[in-house]
Amino acid sequence: MFSNFDFDVIRRSLGYLFFDGMTFTLTLTALSAVGGLMFGTLLALMRLSGLKLLSRIAGLYVDLMRSLPLVLVIFWFYFLVPYIGQWLTGASRPIKVGAFASSLITFIMFEAAYFSEIMRAGIQSISRGQPAAASALGLTYSQSMRYIVLPQAFRNMLPVLLTQTIVLFQDTSLVYVLSIPDFLGAASKVAQRDGRLVEMYLFAAVVYFVISCVASYGVRRLQARIAIVR
Amino acid sequence: MNYNWNWGIFWQPSPNGTGNYLDMLLSGLVLTIETALLAWIIALVLGTIVGVMRTLPSKTASTIGFCYVEFFRNIPLLVQLFLWFFVLPELLPRDAGMWLKQMPNAPFWTASIGVGLFMSVRVAEQLRAGIGSLPRGQKMAATALGLTTTQAYRYVLLPIAFRVILPPLTSEFLSTIKNTSVAITIGLIELTGQARAMQEFSFQVFEAFTAATVLYLLINIVVVIGMRFLERQVAIPGYISGK
Repeated sequence: MFSNFDFDVIRRSLGYLFFDGMTFTLTLTALSAVGGLMFGTLLALMRLSGLKLLSRIAGLYVDLMRSLPLVLVIFWFYFLVPYIGQWLTGASRPIKVGAFASSLITFIMFEAAYFSEIMRAGIQSISRGQPAAASALGLTYSQSMRYIVLPQAFRNMLPVLLTQTIVLFQDTSLVYVLSIPDFLGAASKVAQRDGRLVEMYLFAAVVYFVISCVASYGVRRLQARIAIVR
Repeated sequence: MNYNWNWGIFWQPSPNGTGNYLDMLLSGLVLTIETALLAWIIALVLGTIVGVMRTLPSKTASTIGFCYVEFFRNIPLLVQLFLWFFVLPELLPRDAGMWLKQMPNAPFWTASIGVGLFMSVRVAEQLRAGIGSLPRGQKMAATALGLTTTQAYRYVLLPIAFRVILPPLTSEFLSTIKNTSVAITIGLIELTGQARAMQEFSFQVFEAFTAATVLYLLINIVVVIGMRFLERQVAIPGYISGK
């Protein structure tokens, strides 16, 4: 079964897999998580705001994103971003957007919907007395959000946010559909070049497995630690 | 925006010669639904078994359940599909491998089983949480009444646990439908795949994707309404969301 297993193809391509592929995957994951969290928090605030129109818009956006498959959203943005860029910059033709920028925008917009639901739950978990006390102290809405509500909501939801980031890390492999060399894309390129599908895909699976396992173990540890604080 | 909108494109004949572009998208929709339903059945059956195993007192059973969950949860779905589609036939004995490779509709079966296994973990985790949320007294009372462990699960724990987790199961079912689109990478031309094909043939990118989006939204609405109906049907009066 493993008799003609060629470990050397993995060793030869390690540099390409990790320096090019994994760097792309991890950078995309980190930036999308940060961007998605910021945009998602904004969506959560809109959704919880007293203004009917704002909460309606945020609700529609979140529901739309959550009912579409990520693959379709990746295609949508891949073709849409050049036109949005043209509209924003006033250029005469659709602008050229690189693979990284395009997938980053996609993941920020897509993950924002999921992060916003987590942040919404986090904000709602803060007892009503806290913003009330804040406004009694004379803090404005934005001050009470910035200094009182959001820091606590963020801390309470940290394990869930990190778990979602692990899911995001796995989901970035879907940029494969645009032939972008992320970690899986790089592995697949080597696999097809050298005709070594078995070795490369098994190796990719092991790498994803180890990283996700270690990360989710870390999240569980963190959860156990901050569970005592509350 | 200098994009040529042409909403009439859906009624133009498609190059694969089986009707117009709308037929193409609808055939994709049917394939999406078929794949998702088969995957969902697999996910429910395996998820129930593994979810129950993780709550059993037996150490072995819960360890096996734990390993199963960790394996399928920590590898991206796309990589799992590649493993089933490209790697598995090579690792099997020659004859079995050839049989797998030459199987008609291989992408459909691979996608259904692959997505089903991937989602079974999510079902298992929901069910474990559902069983865990039941008061401990239920299991004890069942035992005190002389029910065996199997009977206690069959008649006491599972009927309630499934009712508790029905709302999260709805979203897992929706995820199953959405996840079938990942199978585009192993050559399953479902709804997203057909939209992509239509875009490549006709160059009407946004019409194709808008149509796919609308169809996905429709599936979502139908599922949500159907599951709400089911929730009302199975609700126990005076318990949980029962009236």
